[in-house]
Amino acid sequence: MAEPILRLEGLNKSFGALKASDNVSLELYPGEIHALIGPNGAGKSTLINQISGALQPDSGRVYFAGEDVSELGMAARARLGMGRTFQVSSLAGEFSALRNVMLAVQSRQGSSFRFFKPVMSDRSLVDPAMDALARVGLEDRADVPAAELSHGERRQLEIAIALALGAKAFLLDEPMAGMGPEGSKALTRFLDGLRHEAPILLVEHDMDAVFALADRVSVLVYGRIIASGTVEEIRRDSAVREAYLGEGA
Amino acid sequence: MSLTLLIEQILNGLQFGVMLFLMAAGLTLIFGVMGLINLAHGALFMVGAFACASVAAWTGSFWAGLAASLAAAAAAGAVIELLVIRRLYDRDHLDQVLATFALILIFSEGTRWLFGSFPLYLDIPPLLSGAVSLPGGAPYPVYRLAVIGVGIAVAVGLSLLISRTRLGMRIRAGESDREMIAALGVDITTLYTLVFALGAALAGLAGAMVGALQSVQVGMGEPVLILAFVVIVIGGIGSIRGALFGSILVGLTETLGRVLLPHGLGLFMEPSAAASIGAAIASMLIYILMALILAFRPQGLFAANG
Amino acid sequence: MGEAMARNLITRENLITLVLLAALLVGPLVAVALDETFYVTLATRIAILALAATGLNLALGLGGLVSFGHAAFFGIGGYAAGILATHAFNGEPLIFGLSGTKNMLIIWLVGAVSAAVVAAATGLIALRTSGVYFIMITLAFAQMIYYFAISWPAYGGEDGLSIFVRNGFPGVNTLQPLSFFLLCFAVLIVGLVFFAVLKNSRFGAALQAGRQNETRLAAVGIAPFRIRLAAFVISAMMTAIAGALFADLNRFVSPAMLSWHMSGELIVLIILGGTGRLAGPLAGACVYVLFEFLLGGMTEHWQLFLGLVLLGVVLFARGGVIGLLAGRAHHG
Repeated sequence: MAEPILRLEGLNKSFGALKASDNVSLELYPGEIHALIGPNGAGKSTLINQISGALQPDSGRVYFAGEDVSELGMAARARLGMGRTFQVSSLAGEFSALRNVMLAVQSRQGSSFRFFKPVMSDRSLVDPAMDALARVGLEDRADVPAAELSHGERRQLEIAIALALGAKAFLLDEPMAGMGPEGSKALTRFLDGLRHEAPILLVEHDMDAVFALADRVSVLVYGRIIASGTVEEIRRDSAVREAYLGEGA
Repeated sequence: MSLTLLIEQILNGLQFGVMLFLMAAGLTLIFGVMGLINLAHGALFMVGAFACASVAAWTGSFWAGLAASLAAAAAAGAVIELLVIRRLYDRDHLDQVLATFALILIFSEGTRWLFGSFPLYLDIPPLLSGAVSLPGGAPYPVYRLAVIGVGIAVAVGLSLLISRTRLGMRIRAGESDREMIAALGVDITTLYTLVFALGAALAGLAGAMVGALQSVQVGMGEPVLILAFVVIVIGGIGSIRGALFGSILVGLTETLGRVLLPHGLGLFMEPSAAASIGAAIASMLIYILMALILAFRPQGLFAANG
Repeated sequence: MGEAMARNLITRENLITLVLLAALLVGPLVAVALDETFYVTLATRIAILALAATGLNLALGLGGLVSFGHAAFFGIGGYAAGILATHAFNGEPLIFGLSGTKNMLIIWLVGAVSAAVVAAATGLIALRTSGVYFIMITLAFAQMIYYFAISWPAYGGEDGLSIFVRNGFPGVNTLQPLSFFLLCFAVLIVGLVFFAVLKNSRFGAALQAGRQNETRLAAVGIAPFRIRLAAFVISAMMTAIAGALFADLNRFVSPAMLSWHMSGELIVLIILGGTGRLAGPLAGACVYVLFEFLLGGMTEHWQLFLGLVLLGVVLFARGGVIGLLAGRAHHG
């Protein structure tokens, strides 16, 4: 097996008496979609925050692309190739969809300390950004301010941004949430093709998508990974059934 | 530097700190409960002083003036809360700063229009006009001791209010989760007006008491306001305990610094240089202190909301 | 592509900017023709305040950094002009054996660099905080400098410092009001062009994105702190140059230039005109100075009405003058 792109080693995080992450370890290998599921409040978003650098764990390490990134902040990890989307879309609302993606292109190309050349006429920024938008089907909405995009479009935009960043791994936090059946199907197809560009750590509630896409699944309950394996293994796992369906399932 | 002088300055520092506490407590309550930064607090200080001085001159009684200052400041606070402040709760801090800055302009010029540019005078009431002897023999004004006493009483009263009464409970709840207590049926609008008026009354009280020590003039609240902000930033915005600690710290540092620094520098510098350099550093001291504290604890010392 | 750019340039907002600039330029020329030099001074004041507020607009309008201490940089520029002129006048050397100077170019350089150093030092601490704490700490740093200027006796203390003869600029007769105005106007144009270029650049994109959504900026791999620090320093430098011009206009510099009222005034200029808009500070400066002049002539309590207008703008006309005239900003 190849080296994992992303490796979590014993992450622990408590908020007062609440143990949000309990000795969590996990790997993400190239070419795979690894789904992270669990009931509400299990600590999935907290975990994503610790991986992306938005939150510091109390203990444990995060390894990405062969490096120990535990001491690095969010921006540094993003530059290394962590493409993260947010459960509640987080965009530069006044900027158009295009300008949001251009930020990622700009970051990928290097320093933002360039003071003179106007960005809107810079083909080296606009073209890759339009390409990313086209890939998620948003090219007609390029000039719309992000705040005016629909819920689903905002989620697509976040993925376009991660694409433009040249992500080495995608961390997707509930991308299907709030999308109708058509949107979910389209996104599922899209993510299926995406896995070959970069592996995906997919936090999801939508079980259809999980079972259709995931190569492996990890189940997070009360901050602990109670089971990890293929879709079939997870389906049959008694601990998982109990956590989701109650006792005696 | 005699012991008597030191004790005298420490008492002055405590008195100054107590006055700052009255301002800072209101500011920090208003920020903690309503999330609002209120630059007009200094104007309420001024309103209290002017109300006290004019009513005292009219009736001949300082005590009537004091009552008037509380009433006037609370009323002014309630009025501006109703007319202006309540539109600002959902706005960003820049808008709150600007709107309350506008209120400062309106209040200052309005007061100047009503009372003219000359200062008013407020006499210390006969009951408190004597002096007591400090250890060492020097006399210390009873009035200043009374101010310290009032400050301690207010601190105790506030802490009892917050911890023992239903209003206090709503205030504490409001500090941790504004939306929740509204959802639970607490009348937010009235609560906010009450909290604002309470903060205003405290500011007015401070203004009235200080009015007898200095003169009563337009703009008197502004230096106090700035220092009160420094206090709540040091103490942790939203924390009454932080406001108390911060005000005593700032009051003592400011007062003792002015006296001790030139003195200390004079030990190895010539007197005139020591005096000017000492005065320069003393005036900057509070801000240096604040910068140092914020460099290590950006949220202040007793940050209320974790 | 060139055609699209041309279309992008001809917007309502840009037209309004040009009209304002033209009015500001024409006004003093007409005044001189009518032999009313007082209005030239008024226009010069507008130009200088517009430049100072444009500096702040970089940090506040583009970056969302509510600095309540920008008067510190305004005053540093002013004192650079005053101190260097004083030393040139009395021949005493400054520190390190350097002598004073009455050359504006050197004065601006010294003022800008001094402001940059102070902004870098204070920014390193202040920018680690946010929200109310940032407002307060910028205010406090400015207060520090204000009280220092009052207590330091060498340069006038509370009474301030006079510049007996206005400093000089190569090729310009700065003693002549119209020439000095044209110099200030030219510097303002340079400042506005710089602002516009910066706003449209990669740096400007990152800065504005950081204002809108700090998390988003970090999530694409750009560290907000460094961008903001750079913006804070650059904005300080521009405001400082305006301060030096202001001191030369009045031939006087005092701690009042460092007061928090001045900081508030700079923010007011931006809000009145329109935050983050290119011509916002210019429009705001026009409104403010004309208000002071026209209303001040009628009543000494004009600030009461200014307060009412400001309150009205904040509560009801948040986009300022430019917002009223040109509609909401189009970010493209």
